Amino acid sequence: MSTPSDRKYSKEHEWIKIEGDTGIVGITDHAQNALTDIVFVELPEPGRKTEAGKPFAVIESVKSVSDVFAPADGEVTEANKELEEHPELLNQSPYDKGWIAKIKVEKQDESLMSAQEYDDFVAKEAH
Amino acid sequence: MLKKTPLYEEHLKLNANMVEFGGWDMPVQYSNVIDEHTATRTNAGLFDICHMGEIEITGPNSKEFIQKLITNDVEKLVSGKALYSTICNFNGGIIDDCFVYRFNKDKFMIVVNASNIEKDFNWMNKIKTDEEIEIKNSSDKTAKIDLQGPFSEKILQKLTEFDLKNLNRFRFVEDKINNIPVIISRTGYTGEDGFEIYAGTEDAVKLWNLLLEAGKEHGIKPIGLGARDTLRLECCYSLYGNDIDETTTPLEAGLGWQVSFNKNFIGKTALEKKKQEGLKRKIICFEMTERCVPRHNHEILKNGKKTGHVTSGTFSPTSKKGLGMGYVTTENAMTGNEVEIKIRDRLYKAKIMKRPFYEFRQGEKKYIHKL
Repeated sequence: MSTPSDRKYSKEHEWIKIEGDTGIVGITDHAQNALTDIVFVELPEPGRKTEAGKPFAVIESVKSVSDVFAPADGEVTEANKELEEHPELLNQSPYDKGWIAKIKVEKQDESLMSAQEYDDFVAKEAH
Repeated sequence: MLKKTPLYEEHLKLNANMVEFGGWDMPVQYSNVIDEHTATRTNAGLFDICHMGEIEITGPNSKEFIQKLITNDVEKLVSGKALYSTICNFNGGIIDDCFVYRFNKDKFMIVVNASNIEKDFNWMNKIKTDEEIEIKNSSDKTAKIDLQGPFSEKILQKLTEFDLKNLNRFRFVEDKINNIPVIISRTGYTGEDGFEIYAGTEDAVKLWNLLLEAGKEHGIKPIGLGARDTLRLECCYSLYGNDIDETTTPLEAGLGWQVSFNKNFIGKTALEKKKQEGLKRKIICFEMTERCVPRHNHEILKNGKKTGHVTSGTFSPTSKKGLGMGYVTTENAMTGNEVEIKIRDRLYKAKIMKRPFYEFRQGEKKYIHKL
């Protein structure tokens, strides 16, 4: 799966796609691949404040529990309720149907990368 | 430095994700847990279990020695048969759980958990009073490969002379696979029909690949410890270190069925006393009625008050629900009782179920999730 160039990426393998003052947030294809079978997502409640680099959601595979880190300071406006019944969407469609939450962005994390930079980062991490 | 099984290189070739388990570098998954779980339930799965320990007991009074060592009764164990048992200390705490194989009147093999090999071996030597009994730790030269799933018999039959139709559950036979001397035992830890195969470590790679090849047409997959855990949990089989240890007794752990009070064994006096006094806590199996995944050490509550803790928990690939095992105070341990599991500061509803969730019976398989 190619990394979409219309968004930015964090070192913790989240993506954020900016639309106006809203950022849609999810995890990358690389992340879902590493987590394998995702069976549960703990979504943030709308109204929850987020802080760049701090956990704001939880993803569980059969074997592991992983935090999802916010790529921006802001406030959650909506969570993807579809994931409550269908957490496998995170595996099947990490960049589209598997989005996790929308954040009203106050300030983006400064260390976010472009798609190309992220691909290089993942390639380097693998070595 | 982590220990490696003789199949380590094979796991790397199969792109396994390796993790530490009881001091060993073991495959946790090759593809993913749900795939591997389903393959074992519907076709066949192959497991590297070389890390487990094998201790041989020989000598004229070995039966008497084993009677003293374990809680189950070996009096009824005939040659060619294996049985499950716990090994207790003088307080009735569980030192280990094991399988005892009887080869003949005076020869036994005890298969123990990887992390307990040394502890068990030392304990056996400590309680040994008869000089003629020989206790030999053959773990390092014994490989163990499990073949589990509905196609196991078909797959293994391609490689053996012995007619496996004549090998009933809990029976074993010494045979050869492509000239490799093996012990084939119709036992397992998955709730499926299947075999546990013992061989010399030098033959492990050859045997592993022969089985994978023979199973190809039946959809065999190598299975990691991840799916081994979900498979055993659906059957409510205990895992040492999680559900049972030296602080728990077989009575609390739901293993009272294999404690034989008709004979003498270490821990008997303590267990009789505990039985008489009544058990303060009991193991339960529960299923989540809300979507979530219970895990080891989560608190179990009843009406908001702590009543115990989770010892094993997972997401069941068969029922697609969270399920687990744990200890609760006896007054809350009855089947059908509703409890809550505390996960990251939130309470999720669960219901205590009759064990096991999943059961294999000759020719029929069922997932039991109704009371």
